[in-house]
Amino acid sequence: MYIAASRTSDLASGTDRKPALKRVSANVLALGMVSLVTDVSSEMVTAVLPLYLVLGLGLNPLQFGLLDGLYAGATAVVRVLGGHLADRWRRLKAVAGFGYGLSAVCKLGLVAAGSSVAAIGVVLAADRTGKGLRTGPRDALISLSSEPATLGRSFGVHRAMDTVGAFLGPLVAMAVLALSLGSYSSVFFTSFCIAAIAVLLLALFVRDRPGGVDRAAVSARAAFGLLRQQDFRRVALWAALLGLVTVGDSFVYLVLQRRWEIAATYFPLLPLGTAGVYLLLAVPLGKLADRVGRWPVFLGGHVALCLALVLLCGPAYAVLPVVALALHGVFYAATDGVLMAAAGPLVPAGLRATGLAVVQTGQAVARMLSSVLFGLAWTLWDLRPAVLVAAVCLAAVALAAAFAKPVRP
Amino acid sequence: MKKLVLALTGTALLVAAAVTYTVSARHDTADAEPAAALTLAPGQLLFRDTATGRVGAVPLADPQAKPRLGELKCDRFAVAKGTAVCLAVKPGTLPAITDVLVLDDHLAVRHTETLPGTPSRARVSPDGKRVYWTLFVTGDSYAETGFSTRAGLYEVETGRLVKTIEELPVFKDGERYFAHDVNYWGITFASDGNRFYATLGSKGKTYLVEADYGRYRGKTLRENVECPSLSPDGKRVAFKKKVGEGAWRLSVLDLGTLKETELAETRSVDDQALWQDDRTILYGLENAVWAVPADGSGAPRQLHAGAASPAVTQDPR
Repeated sequence: MYIAASRTSDLASGTDRKPALKRVSANVLALGMVSLVTDVSSEMVTAVLPLYLVLGLGLNPLQFGLLDGLYAGATAVVRVLGGHLADRWRRLKAVAGFGYGLSAVCKLGLVAAGSSVAAIGVVLAADRTGKGLRTGPRDALISLSSEPATLGRSFGVHRAMDTVGAFLGPLVAMAVLALSLGSYSSVFFTSFCIAAIAVLLLALFVRDRPGGVDRAAVSARAAFGLLRQQDFRRVALWAALLGLVTVGDSFVYLVLQRRWEIAATYFPLLPLGTAGVYLLLAVPLGKLADRVGRWPVFLGGHVALCLALVLLCGPAYAVLPVVALALHGVFYAATDGVLMAAAGPLVPAGLRATGLAVVQTGQAVARMLSSVLFGLAWTLWDLRPAVLVAAVCLAAVALAAAFAKPVRP
Repeated sequence: MKKLVLALTGTALLVAAAVTYTVSARHDTADAEPAAALTLAPGQLLFRDTATGRVGAVPLADPQAKPRLGELKCDRFAVAKGTAVCLAVKPGTLPAITDVLVLDDHLAVRHTETLPGTPSRARVSPDGKRVYWTLFVTGDSYAETGFSTRAGLYEVETGRLVKTIEELPVFKDGERYFAHDVNYWGITFASDGNRFYATLGSKGKTYLVEADYGRYRGKTLRENVECPSLSPDGKRVAFKKKVGEGAWRLSVLDLGTLKETELAETRSVDDQALWQDDRTILYGLENAVWAVPADGSGAPRQLHAGAASPAVTQDPR
């Protein structure tokens, strides 16, 4: 869908007759396909997990919410480890494959865990570990398989494919529940089969480290040395700083729901709105980033988020939530893959997985902190002041980052 | 070419495996037994049959008897005085949507409310005039397991629906309590049909709230009380007390003296307790319905295996 869309826009502009498909390497498309299929599998489980915990097992899911937060913190560490090992062994594909494989096996673990709370906890932790391990090497593979000039487009294509999978997951889960007359283990087993297909696709079609072999020495010391390199350090630092003033998704949706009194039945549609815009814009904004510079587009995404926050505080007109959601989607499309495209070339090829993992982890930890701070501000000052303060902080940091220009275009 | 063949073969095999598994699960859950016509006649223990999801009944005097299974499928079930409530997830809805079925004494549907969420608790007020429930609601965060609870009620006679009691003004130590993360669960009404109790969860703490339905306001009585259940004499509240992360102990609180008594059940119980009478408390645990004395003495005793969500119709006195 996105490929067709980007191709027609190219043809229409008349400047470039080469189909967009040709300019994204086969390896990136293969990795995109693996992510798409994996996301179908993982979003299936995410969609039924609450039902399964409460109805299937009679558990109190509030506890699992807490546990989930804990895992999110733990995966930050695993991510850097995965990136580092992949670089060190020069086996990006193998480490990514291990991560995908571990998550796949965990779906079978859910079938086997039965009603044991401890076992389910362990399985979910292992699943998150697999996700953490694979992210760094995968993004490094995308980065190393692309022409430096079209990195933004490559990441855009990958993230768009990923999002298609996330859309399909809940639909497949619904179909399985309907076909099996409500059997949760069928959902988990099907999820395993789909994840296994993704691993198969990875094994067959993804090539490890195409291009020349980089001779950079890879050691823990070299990994830390990355942070001594000025360009890289500045990007990682600014990404983390911006993460610190970014308001988390769930808060954005909660604010929307509270201010426009959106019925709880429609509440789950809000994230789909964001994801839909993300899907449509990931490729165009990636291409824009290649043309005008990745850092300006990355900052532009934050400006979009800032505008969305201001709209959330404004008058309660009916169109504003739609515009705010669209801007929230723009924020994701302009930041998620674009940051990887911006940071990639700053890291020597031999340390790519480590470097990208470090940037992602810094950002993730900062966003976790930001959630805590925003929750606190909400409790202390109430909703609108908290959102306004967040918007002001975001604008200030984005402006500073624009002057700092850590990435030369 | 060889790779493509391998990929297609592998994919076909895995898809076939998934479809086979899914279709065979269909037969496991199919019901063979014909449905019995259940009523709310006195002296019965009703429950959710965990194998089929159908409502079952056994005589309270002989709870180990072979159950009669009705047609109705419920995830949570409760009764009082000629009224029953059945919470049933609509199949194949994600995020989940629940039908709240209000039933008469022959388990015929009198009224249906369709609400977002996953069933957690259900009860009927002792006078049979109100049904109330707790649902888990998701979707607060995309691709994360985040949950909140929504407790609501329905007035059987007037048809008034309160989707959530979240807006109930609550006073803590004499001051109005405000917080953005207020959650309620586990409502229980007194026999006057006006006084009620519920759990208020906020900022990592849980409180027992006593409220007046007519004036629609409440106050916190005590901390660390979840899923209260008022005794038939209205003097005590059975509840689950948090004793660790994900571990609860059944206890009884005397509302007059605020004295707490731990019950003989030492395993963790995550259920809203049910008073069979003023002396005995029932609950679901490990796919069975159990009974334990309400005064902390004795030992738990299994009433019926393969059952959850117990409900009793009282003996006429």
